[in-house]
Amino acid sequence: MNHLFFLLTLAAYVGSFAAYIGYLVAGHDWSGRLGSLLLSGGLVAHYFALLERARGLHTVPYHDLSGSMSLFGWLLALTYLSLELFHRQRSVGAFVLPFVLAFFLFAQLSPPDRLAAPPATGVAFAFHVTLSILAYAAFGLSCVLSLIYLGEQRLLHEHRVGDVVWRLPSLDLLDRMSQSSVLVGLISIAIGTALGFVWVDRLTGNVWHYDPKYVVTLLVLVAYVFYLRLARNPSWRGARASQLCIFNFAIVIFSFTVVNLFFSHAHRYF
Amino acid sequence: MEIVLVGLNHRSAPVEVREKVSFTNDQARQAAEELRARGILHETLVLSTCNRSEVYGVPPETTRESAAALSNYLSSFHSVQLDLLSPSLYHHYDRYAVRHLFRVASGLDSMMLGEAEILGQVREAYRIAYEQGATGPVLNRLFQGALEVGKRVRSETELGARPMSVASAGVKLAERIFGKLQERAALVLGAGMISEQVISQLRDRNIARLFVMNRSLERADNLARQFAGKVIAWDDWESALTLPDVVVSSVSAEEPVLMRAHLEKAMAARGNRPLFVMDLGVPRNIDPAAASLYNFYLYNIDDLTQIVQQNRNSREGEVPRAELIVDEHVSKFLTWQASLELISVVETLRHKLKADRAEFVRERAERVNGLTPEQREQVEALIDDLLEKMLLDPARRLQGEKDLRRKIQQVEAIRELFLPDREH
Repeated sequence: MNHLFFLLTLAAYVGSFAAYIGYLVAGHDWSGRLGSLLLSGGLVAHYFALLERARGLHTVPYHDLSGSMSLFGWLLALTYLSLELFHRQRSVGAFVLPFVLAFFLFAQLSPPDRLAAPPATGVAFAFHVTLSILAYAAFGLSCVLSLIYLGEQRLLHEHRVGDVVWRLPSLDLLDRMSQSSVLVGLISIAIGTALGFVWVDRLTGNVWHYDPKYVVTLLVLVAYVFYLRLARNPSWRGARASQLCIFNFAIVIFSFTVVNLFFSHAHRYF
Repeated sequence: MEIVLVGLNHRSAPVEVREKVSFTNDQARQAAEELRARGILHETLVLSTCNRSEVYGVPPETTRESAAALSNYLSSFHSVQLDLLSPSLYHHYDRYAVRHLFRVASGLDSMMLGEAEILGQVREAYRIAYEQGATGPVLNRLFQGALEVGKRVRSETELGARPMSVASAGVKLAERIFGKLQERAALVLGAGMISEQVISQLRDRNIARLFVMNRSLERADNLARQFAGKVIAWDDWESALTLPDVVVSSVSAEEPVLMRAHLEKAMAARGNRPLFVMDLGVPRNIDPAAASLYNFYLYNIDDLTQIVQQNRNSREGEVPRAELIVDEHVSKFLTWQASLELISVVETLRHKLKADRAEFVRERAERVNGLTPEQREQVEALIDDLLEKMLLDPARRLQGEKDLRRKIQQVEAIRELFLPDREH
């Protein structure tokens, strides 16, 4: 069954990617709509793949690295689709889908981590993790949008206005999409972190349990608040804000990898 | 039920001829009325734009005779000698007329390939003729089809998607940076013809605020009044450059009007808000060194012309896709037309056979002795049943014929074999 959902998800994501590329290159509206439709189908199939995987391993998807990656890919696709519907803009899909596909494939093709500690339980914990991964996905999306912004801005500056530039969102819209995405990420990480403290308090009777991850998470929070503040400032709006957004995501990657693997006591894969 | 088209356009006639044969809306109504009153056309529609004057119609007679009558009418209506007009006129019939109209509505026959205005002009011409009652079932179907083709070509191809003039290319580029321009401001430097074109494009996009600066205050004032803008004094650069998001410059000057140092200062004063500048002046009005300023986008006339040329090439690449849509709709229309033709031919044939049968029975029954009126009625009914069966079976087979060309050929064959004396 898991195999079936894996294939369905893969087919839907690949099809969606191809359709979004078609929309970006040839400008067919139907191709863009097909991309959105296939992405929606891929999200449903991916959800069932995650569910099956969790049932098969008797654990939550974020218990190990591959599960966390798969959940990250799913939430990235979900955040993108929500943003696409909100801003009515499909031409970014071709840039986001490769990341969704990469996370999905990496997660599915890597073996489950047998050394992982027994999973923590509880609703607060589940929301803490899911919201944290959602925040990372939203920050990842804002990073992709910022990269597109810088690319498009460069093309416009250098007067290289080819076919694709006419179909990309305007710089102003890319900026707003990136800010929307960061806002989703900030709200998620704030609630997720608070729930983490609630869960620790319930588990140990002590709300504060020092972990280097807290410091980095606080740094991420401050960095993105700083970005949102500067992105609304005319002097920073545009390329500078986009560069900052990309830099901020480097901190997220650092938190996701180096901090989790080498410094954190309680966080491994999220 | 054939279609005839007589007209001329930018390819067949020079502007000196086109302007003599163009129709105002009132003239189009008058011509439609007269053409029907004189029995030249049953249904009629006049399409007149700056690049074409065409009369579409459904004639009561054979199309070629109607085309000649239409040419004469056009000549007399506009008081232009037929000898002078004839070389510029084209005549299209049936499928060629349908195809021509569908290409016109798609922008494939326009002087500027893929222009958007023609679809609105076709819609307006149809509205006028429809409200006047000059169109009938055939032209209604034909023009509704044309509007559908035009819309499909615009939505499914990129034939009309790219800007094709320097002014529209500049405004579209501004939209690449700012998105919708409804909340933006523009400053126009210089009050020449090209400035007017750009302002007109900006106004079409509902730009929120418009400022005009010109050495001659009077011309600036006229332009500002025409487009509901505000005039800024020529030497008030400091405040002028803090206001707009878009600057359009077409000043006649030997030296650049705005140097990098000015603009650097202005960008700092506006907090580095993005500024898009179209420098349409020759020699250039804006110091090219300013192009590297942060959030400053500078396009001169050559940059914009190059974009227009690229777009022209892209549009030409879209023509085969647009032609495919046109072909699809021509086939649809002809299928509908052939179905109507078939119904009409079957109905006429039925009447003819009934008349022949009545005459046949009258002639032969007199020779048969002892035939009572009841028996004669029975014989008539039997013959009618047989004729109906002979008529309906092939008609049903023809109705289901998938190959349009074959279907039309067979309908024509029936008409020629069984109804040689009739005109349709």
